Amino acid sequence: MMNEIEYTNLAAINGPLVFIDRVRNVGFGELVEIRSGSGQLRLGQVVEIDEERAVVQVFEGTSGLPLEGIKTVFLGKCLEMPVSREMLGRVFDGIGRPVDGAPQVTSDIMMDVNGLPINPYSREYPRDFIQTGISAIDGMNTLIRGQKLPIFSGSGMPHNMIAAQIARQAAILTAEEEFTVVFAAMGVKFDVANFFIESFEKSGALGNSAIFLSLADAPSIERLITPRSALTLAEYLAFTEGMHVLVILTDMSNYCESLRELSSSRGEIPSRKGYPGYLYSDLASIYERAGRIKGKQGSITQIPILTMPSDDISHPIPDLTGYITEGQIVLERELFNKSIYPPIAGLPSLSRLMKDGIGEGRTRKDHAGVAAQLFACYARVKRIRALASIVGEEELTALDREYLKFGSLFEMEYLSQGPDENRTIETTLDIGWRVLSTLPAEELYRISREDIQKYYIPSAGAESHGAD
Amino acid sequence: MDDLIHGLVTSVNGPIVRARGLTGVSMLDIAEVGPDRLIGEVIKLDGDVAIIQVYEDNTGLKPGDEVLSSGRPLSVLLGPGLISNIYDGIQRPLVDIANILGSYIKKGVKVSPLDTTRKWLFRPTVKPGDRIDPGAIIGEIEETGSVLHRVMAPPDVSGTLDWIAAEGSYTIEEDIYRVKGSADYSGKLSSYWPVRKKRPFKNRKKSGIPLITGQRIIDTFFPIAKGGTAVIPGGFGTGKTMTQHALAKWCDADIIIHIGCGERGNEMTDVLNEFPKLIDPRSGRPLMERTVMIANTSNMPVPAREVSIYTGITIAEYYRDMGYHVAVMADSTSRWAEALRELSSRLGDMPAEEGFPSYLATRLAEFYERAGYIETLAGMEGSITTIGAVSPPGGDFSEPVTQHTTRFVRCFWALDKVLADARHYPSISWIDSYTEYIDEVRSWWNDLDSSWYGTRNDAMHILLEDNRLQQIVKLVGPDALPVAEQLILFSAEMIKNGFLQQNSFDPKDMHCSPDKQLMLLKLFVDFYHEAKRLIASGIDLKRITSLSAASEIIRLKSEIDNSEIDRINTHEQEMKSQLSALGAEAAKKTVAAAGGTDGTP
Ligand SMILES: Nc1ncnc2c1ncn2[C@@H]1O[C@H](COP(=O)(O)OP(=O)(O)O)[C@@H](O)[C@H]1O
Ligand SMILES: [Mg+2]
Repeated sequence: MMNEIEYTNLAAINGPLVFIDRVRNVGFGELVEIRSGSGQLRLGQVVEIDEERAVVQVFEGTSGLPLEGIKTVFLGKCLEMPVSREMLGRVFDGIGRPVDGAPQVTSDIMMDVNGLPINPYSREYPRDFIQTGISAIDGMNTLIRGQKLPIFSGSGMPHNMIAAQIARQAAILTAEEEFTVVFAAMGVKFDVANFFIESFEKSGALGNSAIFLSLADAPSIERLITPRSALTLAEYLAFTEGMHVLVILTDMSNYCESLRELSSSRGEIPSRKGYPGYLYSDLASIYERAGRIKGKQGSITQIPILTMPSDDISHPIPDLTGYITEGQIVLERELFNKSIYPPIAGLPSLSRLMKDGIGEGRTRKDHAGVAAQLFACYARVKRIRALASIVGEEELTALDREYLKFGSLFEMEYLSQGPDENRTIETTLDIGWRVLSTLPAEELYRISREDIQKYYIPSAGAESHGAD
Repeated sequence: MDDLIHGLVTSVNGPIVRARGLTGVSMLDIAEVGPDRLIGEVIKLDGDVAIIQVYEDNTGLKPGDEVLSSGRPLSVLLGPGLISNIYDGIQRPLVDIANILGSYIKKGVKVSPLDTTRKWLFRPTVKPGDRIDPGAIIGEIEETGSVLHRVMAPPDVSGTLDWIAAEGSYTIEEDIYRVKGSADYSGKLSSYWPVRKKRPFKNRKKSGIPLITGQRIIDTFFPIAKGGTAVIPGGFGTGKTMTQHALAKWCDADIIIHIGCGERGNEMTDVLNEFPKLIDPRSGRPLMERTVMIANTSNMPVPAREVSIYTGITIAEYYRDMGYHVAVMADSTSRWAEALRELSSRLGDMPAEEGFPSYLATRLAEFYERAGYIETLAGMEGSITTIGAVSPPGGDFSEPVTQHTTRFVRCFWALDKVLADARHYPSISWIDSYTEYIDEVRSWWNDLDSSWYGTRNDAMHILLEDNRLQQIVKLVGPDALPVAEQLILFSAEMIKNGFLQQNSFDPKDMHCSPDKQLMLLKLFVDFYHEAKRLIASGIDLKRITSLSAASEIIRLKSEIDNSEIDRINTHEQEMKSQLSALGAEAAKKTVAAAGGTDGTP
């Protein structure tokens, strides 16, 4: 029910917040329309209310907003968005308004942009393997339908290329399934957004993605709504329309910065590096919207992208993200500098849902063992490399030198691949065996004897590698 | 029935609501807020203003909305039907909520935590005229295939039993007994208990019994006693949740309370899927039949996260009072502490370290104090073992939650990022972890096998030496070390791969019986001692390390099931015969060499 009273003038403005006095019958979290003298309309949300005053956070920001001549109406409801299948193939701003020149979306279905928590009892545990065609992911950090798996990157590294490659290559499905991408850009430049749009357009299966843009020149506060708008549509598509939706959110670091800005203008006590103490819960309210639901067809898989300030994984943004998401794909500067694409770090990357999504009947029986062994051996390579840099390679044992060979082969043949190269999981596992077979079979204690018997290539260690 | 206190909302700031007019309300009383009657708790009183923390989403709440309070504290409903259930932080049953509301949790739903229609077969164990002391057992109910629910008189009731219902089926709301005493009391199968108040017991006792977890690094190297406390600190992805799940599955407690506090929804779903299918090796019944879950995931209201650990521990105390050994897993106490921080900052409290309120340490101490091995009011033995995960920002253990927690717990299972990166699981560091329970559990192990303590210490010695030598290796390489030290490196590697590492997904190795643990450990320690002798008698280390037995015994953990450990003996013999063959050769060489110098004409 609409609250018809219109208030004139603002009591104060501070950053993205405006203060309105002597309001009546206004609820916490309520949506607000703010119209300035020029007729320009902005939306906001009540973030604090008492008997005197409402504090409203303005999504479009307050720049250019005077105190006088403002008309405010409280709408008596939360921020909602119309959702429909027609939104596929369209481009929207951060709050879900079309910016592609085509008409406003009409739909009977309005959804609360903030979503609701999924009852843990109603979740379906995600187990379906998505073949991304990228060995470092499929083989060692398997992506599962309904997973939230972020890419932790650094400036200049090819996170966008990887995300786009995943989107393109994951689109191949059985005939009766529908797949789509919902893309949200927060605070990135137009060419980044354009790169994705073109990449989606190029690949036929993704021609119909929905795009939510809140680019670098849009008000910072709008970024806080953008991922939520995208996820609201995704929820509709997944759980009402039964589609498998891949949501790409970039760049979550910009999102977090906007949140920090808002928090500081509210005068809140900052936590680490000035980010608010509730950053964890706030991020969780986005990331936890991924998943599957019992009895529903579709799924929401999230790939949030974030750039780690100075490649620091312990920075609050990647740190808190890692605590919420179901693993992380970490890009490594060292591999990137060696021109290895994709520069997916061997050790800190992790897929927590991999364990239940692989193996016999899903991928292949030897998958878990091969993955664990590659991790263990590569960890040893890193140790030996550190040692070799001090004592020199000559001082290494013969076995250690074999490990070094394994290490470079692993990087060159297993990790490296083309940006359009789409490997099957069998190919990935076979390359894994070829690489592991440079080591003596006794070293492969993470793999069952049975699998060693079946897949180990006895001559590989003796011959020069990469012959086939 | 209007003994309700009425008030009006004056302000809303996130989950913190101020209200006026609640005269007579006390601290920690329940308040029902707004038209949806959202559950809240009075957390501060300031003159005419009550500050209420609301446990549900309160969007839409307005100044002027009504607040009601019954003047009762926030409580947990205790009774049969708790086991196998899953609750949110304020004990709302998530299964029922899903049945009513569908897949999403909406605000304002009111459902009883326990099924009020189900009839339980009750068997009285006392008769009219019997004396009833506080906490006395009144009767029994088979709650699940593995849990016999003992119906207890509340801790504040005593007198003479006036009447008790005959054996038969009753709901939790029917009167089943009456006690005549200083005040007359009518008892049901269920009762309320304030969530923040610890339940009384007769006295604390020394435990002496380990909580066997089936995880080798814990049971053998860093054991915890029943009634003990432990913390698992670790950065993201190092294995806190997996370790807690493994313990919840395989530890030999009677009851498991699993509190998912501000963590992932899917991890709760994982437990809900797995536990009904997994069979408890002790009872032969599904693990779910001894488990209660509290799930206040990261996207659910933050204030309820703060209560969730109290809800969990109160339920734990209730079963402890029946004479059970209960294990509480809290994942993650950091999220609880953050909830505390968020609320205190909204209240404008002076922040102490890193924004946490100054009472953080007190609250942590109170929580871990509720663990212990005790004699119940009814004279039985029961215990609560509390195991809390801590999620330090940036994986840095110097932060306040880790630091304060270590002051109040006696086991420290430190998770190591380097081990986790190498997929060495559990990634519990054998260098940084410690336990204060060794002496307490030693005699238990000694009864199993008198060589336990010595073997354990020998193995620990090898691991610590290895750690020291690794520092040198980093500078000079392994080949520069004397052979005896190279043997230590090799033996430590065997122990790490063949003993410490234990994959939770390995069907034969996910849990390991105490016997299997000891047999495996002996193999490695014996191997080391034997090899040391051989080296001293001049055998080349390479020949020892390349024995097929050396690589065989590393695989035994996942090739031999708990039920077929006799097969370990065969491998032991094979290992010993390979080693003694080398020994015989050495002896022959010495003789031959001696013969050679003697010279014959
Ligand atoms: N004991 C174990 N056995 C096998 N895998 C494990 C084990 N412990 C951890 N892992 C792996 O590590 C991942 C992260 O563990 P988790 O317990 O979720 O970490 P945390 O709770 O510390 O963030 C899991 O998804 C699993 O793949
Ligand atoms: Mg965890």
